[in-house]
Amino acid sequence: MRGVRSVDEVGANERAASLAKRSIKKSSKLWALDLSIRCMDLTTLEGSDTPGKIAALSAKAIRPQPGDASIPSVAALCVYPARVADARERLQGSGVKVASVATAFPSGQSFISIKLAETKDAVTAGADEIDMVIDRAAFLSGDYQKVYDEIVAVKEACGPAHLKVILEAGELGTYDAVRRASILAMAAGADFIKTSTGKVQPAATLPVSLVMMEAIRDFMRETGRPVGFKAAGGIRTSKQAIAYLVVLYETLGADWMTPDRFRLGASTLLNDVLMQIEKERSGVYQSADYFTID
Amino acid sequence: MAIIKRQAAELAKQTFEYAPAPEAIDHVRIQPRYGLFIGGKMVEPHSKKRFPTINPATEQKLSEVAEADAVDVGRAVSAAGTAFTSWSRMAPSRRARYLFRISRLIQERARELAVVETMDGGKPIKESRDVDVPLSAAHFFYYAGWADKLEWAFPNRRPRPLGVAGQVIPWNFPLLMLAWKIAPALAAGNTVVLKPAETTPLSALLFAEICQQAELPAGVVNIITGAGKTGSLLVSHPGVKKVAFTGSTEVGKLIQRALAGSDKRLTLELGGKAANIVFEDAPLDQAVEGIVNGIYFNQGHVCCAGSRLLVQESIAKPLLEKLKQRLSTLRLGDPLDKNTDIGAINSKAQLEKIQRLVDSGIEEGAEIYQPECKLPERGYWFPPTVFTNVSQSYRIAREEIFGPVLSVLTFRTPAEAVEKANNTPYGLSAGVWTDKGSRILWMAERMRAGVVWANTFNRFDPTSPFGGYKESGYGREGGVHGLLPYLELV
Repeated sequence: MRGVRSVDEVGANERAASLAKRSIKKSSKLWALDLSIRCMDLTTLEGSDTPGKIAALSAKAIRPQPGDASIPSVAALCVYPARVADARERLQGSGVKVASVATAFPSGQSFISIKLAETKDAVTAGADEIDMVIDRAAFLSGDYQKVYDEIVAVKEACGPAHLKVILEAGELGTYDAVRRASILAMAAGADFIKTSTGKVQPAATLPVSLVMMEAIRDFMRETGRPVGFKAAGGIRTSKQAIAYLVVLYETLGADWMTPDRFRLGASTLLNDVLMQIEKERSGVYQSADYFTID
Repeated sequence: MAIIKRQAAELAKQTFEYAPAPEAIDHVRIQPRYGLFIGGKMVEPHSKKRFPTINPATEQKLSEVAEADAVDVGRAVSAAGTAFTSWSRMAPSRRARYLFRISRLIQERARELAVVETMDGGKPIKESRDVDVPLSAAHFFYYAGWADKLEWAFPNRRPRPLGVAGQVIPWNFPLLMLAWKIAPALAAGNTVVLKPAETTPLSALLFAEICQQAELPAGVVNIITGAGKTGSLLVSHPGVKKVAFTGSTEVGKLIQRALAGSDKRLTLELGGKAANIVFEDAPLDQAVEGIVNGIYFNQGHVCCAGSRLLVQESIAKPLLEKLKQRLSTLRLGDPLDKNTDIGAINSKAQLEKIQRLVDSGIEEGAEIYQPECKLPERGYWFPPTVFTNVSQSYRIAREEIFGPVLSVLTFRTPAEAVEKANNTPYGLSAGVWTDKGSRILWMAERMRAGVVWANTFNRFDPTSPFGGYKESGYGREGGVHGLLPYLELV
């Protein structure tokens, strides 16, 4: 793993900053906002989540704007393992996927037996997608084999469920490490690689995402296998979401602009996107009271 | 309901097409005709002659500017000579105040200057907005700080200004080159007569307005427009004590000949054929960005452009694959669109020169690659171009193309990289891409180039001296070194 090509931090930051300056207007903005919803993993990961909270969010996930059928459903609802059954019940038949975090999220500091059992139970309870965390203790102490083996084992435990591997870039310290972890996760069988848990700062950033997408591009060139990308944590505004789409478009291209290969994990982004869509359509901003808080 | 659903389905099928995002131009007032800025006023040219300046992206005439003749040049030099007496004796801190004021005014009028620069020269608005204009302001700001500290810059010496500086600047960075020339000259206590290039005179004429707004004493800055003839009249005028020229090596040699035997000081900043050297351990994705920035920035109209890519043979294949993929994402078109990466070629003559050299590359046997790229119907355009299988002996590897054309050569060892990189009559800049710090220093020691960038390219700062080796000229601009050509150290 130490032989993985390096990343120049200054250059990566500059490239991300220059892409963030793209000016996305009118029809392209509407299209991007629509895609942000279709690629969104609406997320709630709180100790206080209850069946009632999940029911409310499920309704929002299926129909983000009541009475407006032109607004698509989100891609998935992302919850803790214990809430998977509640989400499954509410989302059945809607096309919205159930995603569950697993493997002792967010720290990953537990026993492999527990991580695997948690993954299996979440899938049994109805999770279509598993968001696992890598073992940063092993990664940062240089035991890449352990990280790799664990991802392979969790992937197996997933069975038919899709596996997203969270790198928690904010704890890795350098873009070199982010790139290394990306390659490691993809080699171990990840269907998606994901920036962050959202529980650690900094969470998703544009340059980290760029570095991960470049790793995906290289992996695709080497192996022919497309791996998806998920940005999560701290993405709250439409403007941020569009910047991610621009980086995605100019790094991985149009083929990645689909929920099968791109996700935005967010808890509060959706209403801002809805508000911006309404603004683009009507020309004026609407009161926040016109958008449901679930 | 069905219609809405169909609309939604259609939206899902579309791809990401950036809608036009043009910068507004209604806030810019370009006058239909301009005179010459002499003695603090816009005056009619004695020559009575004018020539048009056009927008290279649309071929539309923007304005008519004056063509200064010998009498006009004489008037400008004499106005500068008169102003020199009081300007050179003015308390240096007061001189600094004018420069600070100019810097502030450039910042205040940044949008207007950026739009004019883009309309007159064809460069993308994102570059004039984010590079040309802010750097110009930074230059004035930086040299304003030196005006009252010259004795600290040159300890134990008594720095004295020279007199009237005759300055001739190119069309690739009109406002920025103006700042590079005027800021150190004024800080050192000289007065100037500046001639902008004939294809891009408008930002300099806008700068004349800024001088008036800053209440700069009359005659300290004079701006005369015209073509090569006017420039040659200016540099050979006996009242000019110092000549500063940025432009082609060809013209630089003419000026040097014309000035031989005179007591005029001369600095030249001329052409280049820089090597951008990528080692096998380089961060490849960032190196690709650096290569793109090195040669496609400002359509390659950059004297320090990284026009020769020297890539270690072991990574040539993946690097070129990445580069070609990256080229397909470059957006060529309306320079005023905020998303445009590559604008228009500055003039018809330059476009023809680029085409001639590209034809020679094909003829000599290099392999050409251009991404699929729709060129606008009107205006002067050239697609981003990469030549592979280039030999050191091909014209495209030797001559400055000054366009968006990259020649790719390979090397096997660091020693071979040094040899190939230095094997050119030019020596303005170079780039080194490697993860190994010691190799950067090893390379920098051996490169005969005025600037060596490490893991970056085309980065400028007013505090950093810039200038050439060999036929890329002599003298430095920027930093403390940039003051020296405008001072006599007693």
